[in-house]
Amino acid sequence: MSATVSIPTILRTHTGGEKQVKAEGSTLQEVITDLEANHPGIKDRLVTDGALHRFVNVYVNDEDVRFAGGLDAQVPDNGTVTILPAVAGGR
Amino acid sequence: MASVLVIRRDLVEELVAHARRDHPREACGQLLGPEETDRPERYVPMTNADDADAQGSDYRFDSREQFAVYKEATERDEETVVVFHSHTRVPRRPLTDSGLPEAYPSVKDVEYMGLQPGVHFAIVALTDRDSAYDLRSFLLDDAGEVVEDEVQVVENYMFSHTGAGDVPDRS
Repeated sequence: MSATVSIPTILRTHTGGEKQVKAEGSTLQEVITDLEANHPGIKDRLVTDGALHRFVNVYVNDEDVRFAGGLDAQVPDNGTVTILPAVAGGR
Repeated sequence: MASVLVIRRDLVEELVAHARRDHPREACGQLLGPEETDRPERYVPMTNADDADAQGSDYRFDSREQFAVYKEATERDEETVVVFHSHTRVPRRPLTDSGLPEAYPSVKDVEYMGLQPGVHFAIVALTDRDSAYDLRSFLLDDAGEVVEDEVQVVENYMFSHTGAGDVPDRS
């Protein structure tokens, strides 16, 4: 089960500048574990206390995983995982 | 580090109009432009999905809408050049000598600016829908320090050089 993962600018330091990388896994959790194996340090930027970090939005195919099971979201074979920085502010 | 944001006047007018329309809630949106040109070409207003604060003094892009805009932009070889939001008058926000809310990034603003290196963050501050306004723009330098952009408002990009070459304005 292989997915294509789009990496935002801020995380490309972990992927040698690559915008897209391949990762294995049938859930988002597994995909992130595989990403970490090949691109050390990236997991801490995505996950905190066992949940997705508030600074990132992650999409499997076209759906925000916060509406699709979070880290348990299913990743279909040849699916796409897109990571975007969250955009927010105030206070 | 010196930093400059060159922006067309009609785009500034769109930002200000959006800030007025959504007041007293904070308005937010993004200016897109061709990749690696640092040249904003079109404004996409975004839905403010932040509902944590009844005063509407925070903002957060709606994540699904953000993805749809990202996807379309990628297909058009565009990227986010400027993230925009407004500052409205709330008790905890400092006011300037002119009586306007401060158009300066808050601690939370800076936290999120750090996720998008090289992207300008423009703020329009206004007191009410009809008031004067203040527009300022910032980015974070490599050391994570807030740097204020020199904002150059131009009629078109034809004769203003941004390092992107002599590409005429499309509109």
